[in-house]
Amino acid sequence: MRIALKAIFARDLALAYRQRSELMQPMMFFILVISLFPLGIGPNPATLQKVGPGVIWVAAILSSLLGMERLFKDDYNDGSLEQIMLSATPLPFVALVKVFTHWLTSIVPLLLLSPLLALFLNLTEPMYWALLSTLLLGTPLLSLVGAIAVGLTLGLNRGGVLLALLLLPVFIPLLIFATAAVEAASLQLPYTAQLAIIGAMFLISLALAPFAIAYALRVSQN
Amino acid sequence: MPLLSAHQLSVSKRDRLLFDEINISVSAGDLMYIKGPNGAGKTSLLRVLTGLVNADSGSVAYRGQNIMQNRETYQSDLLYFGHALGINRSLNPLENLMYWCCQHNVMTTKNAIYDILSVLGLVGLEDVPVSNLSAGQQRRVALARFWLKTAATVWILDEPFTALDVQGIALLNTRIIEHLQQGGCVVMTSHQALDVDYPTKELQLEYRI
Repeated sequence: MRIALKAIFARDLALAYRQRSELMQPMMFFILVISLFPLGIGPNPATLQKVGPGVIWVAAILSSLLGMERLFKDDYNDGSLEQIMLSATPLPFVALVKVFTHWLTSIVPLLLLSPLLALFLNLTEPMYWALLSTLLLGTPLLSLVGAIAVGLTLGLNRGGVLLALLLLPVFIPLLIFATAAVEAASLQLPYTAQLAIIGAMFLISLALAPFAIAYALRVSQN
Repeated sequence: MPLLSAHQLSVSKRDRLLFDEINISVSAGDLMYIKGPNGAGKTSLLRVLTGLVNADSGSVAYRGQNIMQNRETYQSDLLYFGHALGINRSLNPLENLMYWCCQHNVMTTKNAIYDILSVLGLVGLEDVPVSNLSAGQQRRVALARFWLKTAATVWILDEPFTALDVQGIALLNTRIIEHLQQGGCVVMTSHQALDVDYPTKELQLEYRI
């Protein structure tokens, strides 16, 4: 089983490398949104600092939605998903590995870019560390929950809009706690409570989402 | 005991009953040939037999055990060849097959895959992205699985001859016969007349309105 999961990981990494331009899309979107904001609302450092964390988080959510469909769409269309489902490897583990690879290839680049963007928006250093820790805990949650919805909308031709509609309400609590944490950091207050809540949400989804994704994928074959 | 058996299967799609009360029993060495016009439900029947899709009613058993309860045992002995090839167009044939083998717990080496690809007439194309191959060549890449997963006893083939040339068809026919003689079983659909020198069981599906 370990060999099979390793192969899935290696295959998805190789595919991500071959389809670099597709991967760049969400990243470009992320950079564009954040670099346009200071131009749109004026370069006043105080205003930027106030809206900064929210802007980065909203951009991260939207750009992760943009790249989310890649997760299973190609495999569904070319029949690879069928073949994976017919291998003896347990599907929840397969789903977990695929989501992890997807997170690694499409979200981690965003995290790596975030110091630069935090500079654009005049975030202070404590604010940046708070932002980074919420992103580190929160974005895997985005991918895990998003993958359930991707599985459910696989059979639809243009599932993208429906995907966004399904997921946005689910992401709102995450957005609220994440921005609250950064806000607290800007006032030099402790923000471990917010982090703990995001962490708890992440752990619950880590435990349950793989099974939900596996079920959604099985349903998609009907 | 039959290798693969189906009991009272019925499947409907979009409020249309495709078939009902289908009973199938396939033993070692059996070649089962499912016939019927377009839309009669051949693919749906095969997908139910693989366990990818649930039937509305009825059950499928492998060596007497329900496949839904023994998914892993069944799937490690199963080889399904569907309409969608399961070949990624951005990867080359070698990568596609290597990853497929690892996923299906098939122990193999690069050299073994090179040999099989040369049997299939794909010499020199091992590291060309699949999107640059012709339709028939892409199918040949997918066909390599029949040579790789030798442990599979149950083969379920959906239109395996589509887009293949005469040589390709002959190659596949020989491989099917070889598999049957080694005690495997094959369930397949095809619109071409089956040109094999082997006794076949036939199942006719009708198009229902």
